[in-house]
Amino acid sequence: MFDYETIRVVWWLFIGVVVIAFALTEGFDFGVSTLLPFIGKNDSERRVIINTVGATWEGNQVWLVLLGGAIFAVWPAVYATLFSGLYVAMLLVLFALFFRPAGFDYRSKVADPRWRQTWDWCLFLGGTLPPLLLGVLIGNFILGLPFHLNNDLRTIYDGEFLDLLSPFALWCGVVSVAISSYHGALFLKLRTQDIIYDRATHFITFAGPLVLGGLLLTMAWVVLAIDRPEITQMTATNAPSNPLTKTVIASGISWVKHFMHYPWMLLAPLLAIVGFSGAWLLGRGTHTALAFISNSLGMIGTLLTVGFGLFPFLLISTTAPSSSLTLWDASSSHNSLLLSFWITVIFLPIVLLYTRWVYKVMWGTVTEQEILTHSHTLY
Amino acid sequence: MFGDDIVMLSRLQFGLTALYHFLFVPLTLGMTFILGIMESVYVMTGKEVYKDMTKFWGKLFGINFAMGVTTGLTLEFQFGTNWAYYSHYVGDIFGPLLASEGWMAFFLESTFVGLFFFGWDKLSKVQHLMVTWLLAVGTSLSALWILIANGWMQYPVGAEFNFETLRMEMTSFADVFFNPVAQVKFVHTVAAGYVTGSMFVLGISSWYLLNNRDIGFARRSFSIASAFGLASVLSVIVLGDESGYTEGETQKIKLAAIEAEWETEAAPASFTLIGIPNQDTHKTDYALKIPYLLGLIATRSINEEVQGLKELRQENMRRIKSGQQAYDGLQKLRSGDRSEETRQYFLTHKADLGYGLLLKKYTENIVDADPALIDKAADDSVPKVAPLFWTFRIMVACGFTMLFIFALSFYYCATRVADQKRWLMRMAVWCIPLPWIAAETGWFVAEFGRQPWTISGVLPTHLSVSSVSANQLWFSIGGFALFYTVLLVIELYLMLKYVRMGPSSLHTGCYHLEQPLHSTIR
Repeated sequence: MFDYETIRVVWWLFIGVVVIAFALTEGFDFGVSTLLPFIGKNDSERRVIINTVGATWEGNQVWLVLLGGAIFAVWPAVYATLFSGLYVAMLLVLFALFFRPAGFDYRSKVADPRWRQTWDWCLFLGGTLPPLLLGVLIGNFILGLPFHLNNDLRTIYDGEFLDLLSPFALWCGVVSVAISSYHGALFLKLRTQDIIYDRATHFITFAGPLVLGGLLLTMAWVVLAIDRPEITQMTATNAPSNPLTKTVIASGISWVKHFMHYPWMLLAPLLAIVGFSGAWLLGRGTHTALAFISNSLGMIGTLLTVGFGLFPFLLISTTAPSSSLTLWDASSSHNSLLLSFWITVIFLPIVLLYTRWVYKVMWGTVTEQEILTHSHTLY
Repeated sequence: MFGDDIVMLSRLQFGLTALYHFLFVPLTLGMTFILGIMESVYVMTGKEVYKDMTKFWGKLFGINFAMGVTTGLTLEFQFGTNWAYYSHYVGDIFGPLLASEGWMAFFLESTFVGLFFFGWDKLSKVQHLMVTWLLAVGTSLSALWILIANGWMQYPVGAEFNFETLRMEMTSFADVFFNPVAQVKFVHTVAAGYVTGSMFVLGISSWYLLNNRDIGFARRSFSIASAFGLASVLSVIVLGDESGYTEGETQKIKLAAIEAEWETEAAPASFTLIGIPNQDTHKTDYALKIPYLLGLIATRSINEEVQGLKELRQENMRRIKSGQQAYDGLQKLRSGDRSEETRQYFLTHKADLGYGLLLKKYTENIVDADPALIDKAADDSVPKVAPLFWTFRIMVACGFTMLFIFALSFYYCATRVADQKRWLMRMAVWCIPLPWIAAETGWFVAEFGRQPWTISGVLPTHLSVSSVSANQLWFSIGGFALFYTVLLVIELYLMLKYVRMGPSSLHTGCYHLEQPLHSTIR
């Protein structure tokens, strides 16, 4: 039905959809956990906050699992290079995620306040370290990573963990945490009332300009100081996947020039700016639902900007530019991509349908009263 | 080509984290079905006690489920972090199976697990029951995809090596999905999970009955567990026998090692019940043999032979030599020689390419490897007998002990005398660990028995690892040791705390610890 070239593009878009779904859903789960110790001042307030995401966080986290699985299925070389090259960083993400299932499920099973406070800080770490580290990773995608492929197509990493922590990448991590906390604060406004609602509003009012300013600064940094490589010679876009069949020069063109090649791609950064501006303007008042949507658009715009900006690269190599992985030469076989395509086309709508139903059932304002009357069944 | 320590540490880490993950998976598999059964009875009869049973056993399930989710993430990360060349080499087949698990199963169970706990007041009885069953179906579907992936590692069908991309690529999804090894493994494994859930409920209910507390609640739990457990343990044993049969077809070496079948005997081969395998003399000392049985199990016939290890090693030697030619052809193709003659040369030997790669452990120059190295590689191709021989027998012994417990429990429940059989209840309490021992030894047999391969006959384990350093591996192993130990202590603490509280933890006011003077009732 699709030729090899088309299905490769389709999968590039699908992976984008999964990344966005992960950021939009687990984004507020992370954000809520980051804000937990600060917006919740006592046990029942904290339980209100936890229970706004308590019934649904687990389903949201599957987007991350699925993202890993989908990259494995669609771009095995990317999965292999990313996870083994960034070994320590990936394990730190994993260890941070360990705090979440136990944090949510075990926290309220024992009444001792020390037990509960310890778990609150574990939830904070589990909700803050992953967006921080994933932001650092995105920064490094933009900068490129030191790796090469040998003659057997084995991926070999030429750097160290600490090299990842360049000022630009760390800055991307900070912006990422700011965006997820902001998303979480808007979510809290949707699901709480009184004191927690007020504190979330307060956070939104002062954090809005920081998120927007942070984003603009990142964009300026990329435009002024970072170049991207360029493919000078490459085999057909429907050839068997072998990344070593092309030639790439490092620092080929600036990001601005790349976007000028495809002017329609400029819609992405524009969407990011408009979205975050709207979220700030609307989020301070009572139009929370609109603000939440606007913020989501801002996040979509940000992620699309990175994806579009890298196109057709998936992972840029700084030490051996020709080993860089692109969507044309790092994908699975035609057969395998078609199989994954059909599975996705069938199951994505089903997943969305039942997830929507679960949200509908569980939706509503979480109150302290409810926590106190269901003390033994809620988180 | 890699330091042996990198390969050893990677194997150690994967083996331990996978075994650790499988402490929680079988209980999840079993408990979700038992919860579905209990709640179905509640919806059909309207008796509140069945709702309380669903909620209480659900609490224990929840404590376990959190650990299953935590430790499952590790495995998905680990294929990439520690087995990067494996991921490149077979991602085309293995990746879609993991992604399918995400789409079809993991979303299902993770989305509905929240509703199972928090949806009681927000859903009608029937809606909630549906949620519980979807949760159960989700967990078992999850196992389906993982076992299809694992089955493919044991018996890689429906895929071919592509010399242009230097990896295996899928040729037939139907062959991968309907892989006979995978299908049998799936039923064997999920049924083992159902046994685990049943043994857990049976043992804990017995403890309540022995202590004369919450009798009605415990007795009903006991009888559901005994019935479901009996059906499940029978499936495990029958399907285990079936996988003996399929392994005879595809993984002859594993079977020969499990049975310490050093040399091919005249058909039908006898079954070594017990003995002490001796790797040096290639004999089993003090062997107690049952005539004809192995031949019947493995070949389902009386005149087919079961091949012994010596003969299989000889066969592997031939394949290693053929693999050298496959590798030679591959190098020629890659250097640009695409003549028909070279293609034919490569295609003739292609099926043995993996055997040629076994030599890479000893030399970069596979094509000209000398006979001593070929001999070493052939030695590697046969797994150590004693660990497989013993773990297999421990697994089987656990299985039959549980069959005994479930059969008697079921019989005494049916004849309504279970309450008087206190020895059986005491035995049920003590035997709670058995399903875990059986599951862990079972996985050991499956995975250790596949060595030296990650993908049988296709990709050797020592080539599959990532290019990481020993320091990085020590960092991750240290991290896992720390997190997993702390989490296990916390999990066991909570599990014991809630088991001791029993249904009183529901705070309905009708159970043992909530009664005034409950201590005098004993």
